[in-house]
Amino acid sequence: MNKRFLINKIVLILSTVAATVGLIFLFWILGTLFMKGLATMNWSIFTNDLVDGGIRNLLVGQFMMAIIATVIAVPIGAMAGIYLREYSNNNKLAFFVRNLSDIMMSAPSIIIGVFVYAIYVDRVGHFAGWGGVIALAIMMLPIVVSTTDNMLSLVPKELREAGIALGGSKHKIIMQIIVKAAKVGLMTGILLSFARIIGETAPLLFTSANSQFLTFNLNDQFPSLTVSIYNLATYPDQASKDLAWAASFVLTVVVLIINLGGRYLTRNKHK
Amino acid sequence: MENIDVMRAEDLSFTYPNAPKPTLKSITMPIEKNKITALIGPSGCGKSTLLRAFNRIHDLYPGLKYEGKILLQKEDGSMENILEYKKENELIKLRQRVGMIFQKPTPFPMSIYDNVAYGLRLSGIKAKSELDGRVEKALQGSAIWGEVKDRLNTSAMGLSGGQQQRLCIARAVALKPDVLLFDEPTSALDPISTGAIEELIAELKDEVSVAIVTHNMQQASRLSDYTAFMYLGDLIEFDKTKKIFTNPSEKMTEDYITGRFG
Repeated sequence: MNKRFLINKIVLILSTVAATVGLIFLFWILGTLFMKGLATMNWSIFTNDLVDGGIRNLLVGQFMMAIIATVIAVPIGAMAGIYLREYSNNNKLAFFVRNLSDIMMSAPSIIIGVFVYAIYVDRVGHFAGWGGVIALAIMMLPIVVSTTDNMLSLVPKELREAGIALGGSKHKIIMQIIVKAAKVGLMTGILLSFARIIGETAPLLFTSANSQFLTFNLNDQFPSLTVSIYNLATYPDQASKDLAWAASFVLTVVVLIINLGGRYLTRNKHK
Repeated sequence: MENIDVMRAEDLSFTYPNAPKPTLKSITMPIEKNKITALIGPSGCGKSTLLRAFNRIHDLYPGLKYEGKILLQKEDGSMENILEYKKENELIKLRQRVGMIFQKPTPFPMSIYDNVAYGLRLSGIKAKSELDGRVEKALQGSAIWGEVKDRLNTSAMGLSGGQQQRLCIARAVALKPDVLLFDEPTSALDPISTGAIEELIAELKDEVSVAIVTHNMQQASRLSDYTAFMYLGDLIEFDKTKKIFTNPSEKMTEDYITGRFG
């Protein structure tokens, strides 16, 4: 009795300490970022391009690559997820694709960057925005596959049967009812995976590289916020360092907003 | 002209994928026209499996095996074996004629109106005026029109469990089926909603023939004209409900009804 009480107490203390340590680092990071970021923030960075000490072109470039990657990855990933959950009957191919997708999800992002460098950048002979788009799409694909797979698995099988019992064909029921029933979860998953790729650096480092100027030409080197942060932070002059802080702050706020948006969507679902 | 079977299982055996033994063992049983047939028996006896064979909803999942026949009356009065249907189109037509209501209410994530119109649209009805008419009629026929007529365009997910179940019945009734299969339609509902659904089913039999799986003996005796008692995949006894509940031929039926086992 006494011993059990003691063990309970020790475990409670240890886990509380562990949680606190985690929180301390989180708030440390956020605190530093907000203080340094806000101190160096200046509205003019939103109207100037990198060449003039601003991040306008970087934001545009980063979003453009992430959005196009999403447009490519979501349909492919969602269809693959629908295949896995609705059509495969858990056959061998499904087993293989699920595992492969899980492995791809934990693949180091630099590896994906190297891969795209080898299959694309090396062939065309120069860095290009499309390289970044492809790398980000590859990163996003397994996340979308597994989100779709999981979200569809939450839709009760009775709903499928009810649709079929009303005289629907399988593909109509899937597209018009099942996907609709899982819509909120799917949207959240897509949003969270977008938040994930918008903050990536490694896949862009030697695919789209970076650009000082505003451009919409994806066959050219392409401006990137994250790659710029990486570059600016290593420059010796204070102005560059300040801009790196400001850019980091903006990126954090963007990712935070997307994440909170995703969470808000899910929370409403359970109301 | 009485005792016309709208459907009939003949020597029907059914085996689930990878199961060593059949779940249904040569069942022969009618569903009579404009009558209510109750299927009773302890859990795992195969009553739901049998019900789900009548509109071949089983076929959603691969690897199952039917043997024997399930006959369905055609418009000209002759009987057709629905187990011979191979194409998806034939199965879709079958399910439009033989509808199904499930244990858990299954409203679609769309408006009340669209829930009822969905099946109609699937069956090819496009004209707004006809849809409006059929939706209203189905909702009235399912005793839910008064409760929802002012909010047809709100989500069906906001209805109570009992209302959702009546909506699901309306959705099935809208297709003007010949047969409706109820798979424990009230076991997830409170007593008041259960009463409303039972009343509704009793009214429906003027229009359709009904088969209902239930664990509730009172429900079976109150509601049905015929009762089938099943045990471990066998049809032990099929007779008029009155006979089954007052003077069953089989000892096993009597034991089950009086609560001595099951």
